[in-house]
Amino acid sequence: MEPVVTSGARIGDRPRPKKNYLNETKGIWSWMTTVDHKRIGIMYLVGTLIAFLLGGIFALLVRLTLLTPAHKLFGLQVTAETYNRFFTLHGAIMVFLFIIPSIPGSLTNFVLPLMLGAKDVAFPKLNLASFYLWIVGAVMAIASMIIGAVDTGWTFYTPYSTTTSGTVTLMTAAVFVLGFSSIFTGLNFIATVHKLRAPGMGWFDMPLFVWGMYSTAVIQVLATPVLGITLVLLMLERVFQIGIFDSRIGGDPVLFQHFFWFYSHPAVYIMILPGMAIISELIPTFSRKTIFGYRAIAYSSISLALVSFIVWGHHMFVAGQSQLATVVFSALTFLVAIPSGVKVFNWLCTMYQGNISLETPMLYAISFLMLFAIGGLTGIFLGTLSTDVHLTDTYFVVAHFHYVMMGSTVTAFIGGLYYWWPKMTGRMYSEKWGRVTAVIWFIGFNATFLPQFILGSRGMPRRYYNYLDQFQPLHAFSTVGSWIIGLSLFMSAAVLLASLRKPADAPDNPWGGTTLEWETSSPPITHNFEDQPVLEHEPYDYRPKAVTH
Amino acid sequence: MSNHTESHSQQPESHAHHGGPKIYTANLFALLFLTIITVAAASFNFGSANVVIALAIATVKATLVGLFFMHLIWDKPVNSIIAIAGFLFLGIFLMFDFLDVTSRNNFPPRNMPNMENATPAPDSMNPLKTPAPRPLEPAPAKAEEHK
Amino acid sequence: MSTTTTDVHSHGGHDEHGEHNPYHQHHFTTMEQQFDTSKLGMWLFIVTEILLFGGLFVGFGLMQHRYPGEFIEAHEHLKQDVFGSAFPLYGAINTIVLLISSWTMVMGVNAAQTNQQKKTVRYLVVTILLACVFLCIKYVEYAHKFHDGLLPGIFYAHQSEDLIKGTHGYATFFAFYFMMTGLHGIHVLVGIGLLSWLVMRARRGDFTSEYYTPVDLVGLYWHVVDMIWIYLFPLYYLIS
Ligand SMILES: [Cu+2]
Repeated sequence: MEPVVTSGARIGDRPRPKKNYLNETKGIWSWMTTVDHKRIGIMYLVGTLIAFLLGGIFALLVRLTLLTPAHKLFGLQVTAETYNRFFTLHGAIMVFLFIIPSIPGSLTNFVLPLMLGAKDVAFPKLNLASFYLWIVGAVMAIASMIIGAVDTGWTFYTPYSTTTSGTVTLMTAAVFVLGFSSIFTGLNFIATVHKLRAPGMGWFDMPLFVWGMYSTAVIQVLATPVLGITLVLLMLERVFQIGIFDSRIGGDPVLFQHFFWFYSHPAVYIMILPGMAIISELIPTFSRKTIFGYRAIAYSSISLALVSFIVWGHHMFVAGQSQLATVVFSALTFLVAIPSGVKVFNWLCTMYQGNISLETPMLYAISFLMLFAIGGLTGIFLGTLSTDVHLTDTYFVVAHFHYVMMGSTVTAFIGGLYYWWPKMTGRMYSEKWGRVTAVIWFIGFNATFLPQFILGSRGMPRRYYNYLDQFQPLHAFSTVGSWIIGLSLFMSAAVLLASLRKPADAPDNPWGGTTLEWETSSPPITHNFEDQPVLEHEPYDYRPKAVTH
Repeated sequence: MSNHTESHSQQPESHAHHGGPKIYTANLFALLFLTIITVAAASFNFGSANVVIALAIATVKATLVGLFFMHLIWDKPVNSIIAIAGFLFLGIFLMFDFLDVTSRNNFPPRNMPNMENATPAPDSMNPLKTPAPRPLEPAPAKAEEHK
Repeated sequence: MSTTTTDVHSHGGHDEHGEHNPYHQHHFTTMEQQFDTSKLGMWLFIVTEILLFGGLFVGFGLMQHRYPGEFIEAHEHLKQDVFGSAFPLYGAINTIVLLISSWTMVMGVNAAQTNQQKKTVRYLVVTILLACVFLCIKYVEYAHKFHDGLLPGIFYAHQSEDLIKGTHGYATFFAFYFMMTGLHGIHVLVGIGLLSWLVMRARRGDFTSEYYTPVDLVGLYWHVVDMIWIYLFPLYYLIS
């Protein structure tokens, strides 16, 4: 067994193996029963992208309804109920079916074992089970849309959610199942990181992507069970009126918000940490420079995960929470700024004096930096008690979390998809068109959501479909922006899918990355590596090699 | 090769010869004893300390189960860390929730009107005095919507 | 599929050691690594169980804070008349039953570790029996509550003067009582299923000192079930 020497700049010089994970076995059955993390990653990718499409359609419908104050959609009158359903389904699908499972389920599933030099995740069958749980949850969620609909918003706030008609019970059951899918994914990754690192790979030799996903997994395991029990309580409250959340039967509606946000604030970090994890890979690779402050970024991932558990009350400043709790939560919320800032400054320092090449993934990474800066800084406005009282439940909040969830996480997801696409499929996409999509994405995103900050600070409440006439220009601007986003995503799909039509042409290491996934062939063989890789240098070592063999 | 066979033959030793029936039996009796203590303690009235005492004894019992029955004392420390993390984060959840509900009546806003002199709201507006709602019909609102 | 061991030998890093445990999965280097990983995974799962039940405990605590008087009155109904004084007889017996079953479980794990296969089967069977005793007692307890109408939410139909229907808090207490003991009972049922599966495999001679991971993991699960009851017992049956 000859250890593979990992070196940064080696471009794939081996002949491409005939058998890889895509063509080793054939037929739909071989995919449905696979326990290969790479195939499960691909299936997750397809599934979550379909959910993204569905959620995106609802987003476009929401924006289109708001184009004018006349509540018209393609000439048809939209009722308030219909509008409520649009934004609920947009939110619920995007959060529970797309953002939370997408990066962990698809990209991480594919890449994490490769980065660790492992043959698979720790529990391959559990991995497949969690994918099927996702499918079951998705089917239940879609069934709840077809049978009736949910109009509570994705947060299912009581008392409205305990009294409204519609299929809230089925939808919450779906989210319960999806929660367990997420738990099992996280559990699997934690065990994998602990036990399946390549020989020679200590904790501080792991790629920062792994650190980010490890932190994410910690939140998935610690927070999601509470969401599960919250939803069970909500279902029981609806069906049997047990008297915990509904004040008419002696419950406390604010308790629901405590229960819900104990999960859902950390869940925000289930969404953003994977994005940060991807960016920590893209920036050193395309700056050709060792990451600046490796340990600081690693520790900041973990501390973000931990801090995320003690700030949830900032969602309840005006919800009837006690003043003492409000002040405490507001103060604690500012802690989040520290690790976030540490990350951003370390990324910037990595780029400083680096040999930056503006390939598609890097363009997305730079978009991420700018959008995340806006999203993060506006978060401080909302964490500050006095300003939040004014801004609560306005478009300012909507813009803020879209800058973080979409501007940051989805941007990183698309960047990561472009980055690992050659590894996953063995094909290079059109670099030129890839860059065009990145630029359009950036323009479209800002066009959609920058006006919403202004709308919000002027008092436009979220989730309303009525608005004052003076808000119309900004709403229209935002709606046009959503079309630009749609165009960019449509073009990205075209660019990536077009690459599948040509024969495999991607080298093993198209970007000159230093992490282990670039050591194997593109696409990788079924068991990932010909020989067990042994780590012999620190991560992100872009210093010129004295000797290469 | 020799390395591997060695680790194989060592493996049962490294797990099997921890603990053993004697320790387990002693642990069982300790747990039964603590059960008697906790039942006995509950028959005295210590006021609000009763809850604290009961939970403290329960925690000692849970720790004994964890350490000996679940082998945490002999395991790699990572398993203990995971177990403690579970309780720790549950503690965070509990602590902040109680921080809220126990301080709801502190610090009323300074500009709040004096509610004692205000005219009471009619019973129909008081959620605590309206009768509990009936279980939800499949979709009662639907029918009205179309009229 | 690819988890079977047959395709392992073609890959580097594995063909060094000749003898193969049939339960060795291909992506682990050694059996010990595989065992440790499974155990780590089980502990992570236990954490999710702690937080799942923990949510209910927190909810119970908060509602008790909201309705302290009602909860204490309601909880008197979990006691039985023993020699003229109220005593949580069913709860106490069940506590002892579960503690002993935890002991038989750990003895079963110990027997599996030390290659005593007959003993393993015996201990596991006793554990199942104790679990069944627990559920029987639970059934009697539930039957009383059903008879008295001490039921959650809309089913609450108690007719005496002390716990008047419609007063907030009583129905909530019994809602939590049924949710928490019910979820615990479901875990006991699942435990019986898992233990039966273990008995089947143990009789087949699957477990040796080299490979007893399932026994160990189900053992951990069973102790968690016990641990949850250790907290349920004082909170529901003792505090007054
Ligand atoms: Cu938050």
